[in-house]
Amino acid sequence: MKGAIGARSLIRARTPRAAAEHRIPPSVFGWRDVLSESLAGMLQRPARSALTALGTVLGVGTFVAILGLTATASAQIDTRFNALSATEVSIEDVAHEQDEFAGLAFPADADARIGRLHGVEHAGVYWPVRLDPDTPVRSSPVGDGSTGTQSGIDVVAASPGVFAAAGTRLAEGRVYDAYASDQAAPVAVIGAGVAERLGITTLETHPAIFIGSRPFTVTGIVSATDRKADLLLSVVVPRTTAERIWGAPESGGAKMLVSTRLGAATQIAHEAATALRPDHPAYFKVVPPPDPRALRTGVGDDLSRLFLLLAAICLVIGAVGIANTTLVAVLERTGEIGLRRALGARGRHITVQFLAESAALGTLGGLVGTSLGVLTVVTVAAIRDWTPVIHPATAATAPAIGLLTGLLAGLYPAWRAARVEPAEALRR
Amino acid sequence: MTAASAPVIEFRGVGLTYPGPPPVAALRPCELTIERGEFVAVVGPSGSGKSTFLNIAGLLDGPTSGTYLLDGIDTGALRDADRTALRGRRIGFVFQSFHLLPQRSAVENVTLAMVYNGAPRRDRVPLARRALERVGLGHRIDALPTRLSGGERQRVAIARALVARPSLLLCDEPTGNLDTANAESVLALLEELHADGMTVLVITHDPLVAARAERTVAIRDGVLSDGPEMPETPNTPETPSSEAVA
Repeated sequence: MKGAIGARSLIRARTPRAAAEHRIPPSVFGWRDVLSESLAGMLQRPARSALTALGTVLGVGTFVAILGLTATASAQIDTRFNALSATEVSIEDVAHEQDEFAGLAFPADADARIGRLHGVEHAGVYWPVRLDPDTPVRSSPVGDGSTGTQSGIDVVAASPGVFAAAGTRLAEGRVYDAYASDQAAPVAVIGAGVAERLGITTLETHPAIFIGSRPFTVTGIVSATDRKADLLLSVVVPRTTAERIWGAPESGGAKMLVSTRLGAATQIAHEAATALRPDHPAYFKVVPPPDPRALRTGVGDDLSRLFLLLAAICLVIGAVGIANTTLVAVLERTGEIGLRRALGARGRHITVQFLAESAALGTLGGLVGTSLGVLTVVTVAAIRDWTPVIHPATAATAPAIGLLTGLLAGLYPAWRAARVEPAEALRR
Repeated sequence: MTAASAPVIEFRGVGLTYPGPPPVAALRPCELTIERGEFVAVVGPSGSGKSTFLNIAGLLDGPTSGTYLLDGIDTGALRDADRTALRGRRIGFVFQSFHLLPQRSAVENVTLAMVYNGAPRRDRVPLARRALERVGLGHRIDALPTRLSGGERQRVAIARALVARPSLLLCDEPTGNLDTANAESVLALLEELHADGMTVLVITHDPLVAARAERTVAIRDGVLSDGPEMPETPNTPETPSSEAVA
């Protein structure tokens, strides 16, 4: 048969002129006919079409749901996270990395220097005081261990701003003020945990504590803090006092805690080092608050990538499903193909028809999948009391992905359909 | 329309040989002319080359030798696409197995014939309706083929073949799948169409069907013998031979 056709084409000179002479209008397949034929092909076998489109539905649905849920979660602002973490800037003294002979990088008026920056609410310098292991913290100058002698209590040197920046609340008394700090007075603020361990229950008696043999007047007992919860277990003395008694902190120990207004943290983090030491801004390492969105995206990324991979696999399965069904349909509809050829359809019209059918199936799957995906996102958001967020591009491209899947899946069957020999097909 | 005087079908030495090895002459070179308005039956047993004749006459396959003029157009000189267009516009096919789309109603099946020849969409349903009325199915236009009797199905197929106003109604064993009563209704319809001036070419193995035509062409072993003589038949036709031989 094939040979015969080949031989014929050799014999025949194909002159389009003959057609022109007799004015044979060419066969056409208008786009509205393409559309209606493909829709008819799909709608006349509803059950099969639904099953065929299922893979695409799942693939596109997963795709939309994953992207939607990721966007929703990213857009979700956790108020607690913002109020605390997002308004906190921490500055570390890294001067020794630059210059091993550099002393304490924070200037004496560090609190004031940072306080002048816009958006700063409070700022304070602190560092842990290194005591000899055998230097006890006690509530009496001498003791035998049964009268409130405690080891393992941290002593922290801090400028007054630290208390405000950490948001401390006092059970009793008050924090030491700038005057006490300037005078390097022997005063201390102790955490509630320390007070309990040292047996200090009231400030009525003006109790003193002893670090080694040095007395400090307790001015306040901290009951709670928003940040730096370790203050609850520490004895806090003015930084000036600590410097006078124990000297500057070991290199790298000092830090500064800055609380800012909402949204100012990033800007302040940018300016802080220069404000503190215009001569040596590199002496500081500024840690801005983590970007909540970046944080969430980072956490969500691996998982959503996995799910997107699953969505892609679903799409491939969907495409294979469409390809398979369309191929079966082509074999099944050989008679129809022959009839259409007899009615004047060209091979390419047949190709277009089957491509359009599989594309319609893919688009249908894409549309249903998009709807289900959006529904999933909205439902999850409603349950979690979130605001559902779906990027318009996601919703717009998802049906297009379905269409593309259908088109790709239809390529081979459509090519096969166009190659059906009409004479052969009509014999059935 | 092209030269109204030209014959609808003109075979000049048309033959088809499948190249071997060994070469098989499915249709030996033959001469045949069918004038406008004729009712011709091509009759022969199975394997005689009827299908080859049908494929060539229906432009589904091209001959390896000779010239086939349809409405005076040399089909051999046409490109594939033009041959396809010519087939869609000038030939109305009627098949033994109807080839109706089972999920589409009678009228939808008929409109299918107008999809590829550029008939305006709004005209299609009225034209299809008229064609169905013409074949006596005006009352069943919305019926699915599965709800129609065999004869009705074939009449839908004939309506589909007629709706594009072809030059030739090419029927391949039109009664092959029908019982006697239904076959009779279909044959009566063909005669009626012929009486209205339609050129009808019926390809059949059944001498009873051939007897309804005004002219019979016998085909046997690939040899087409144009002539009024009936080929040898296994059983004598029941219908009076006077009707068969016009």
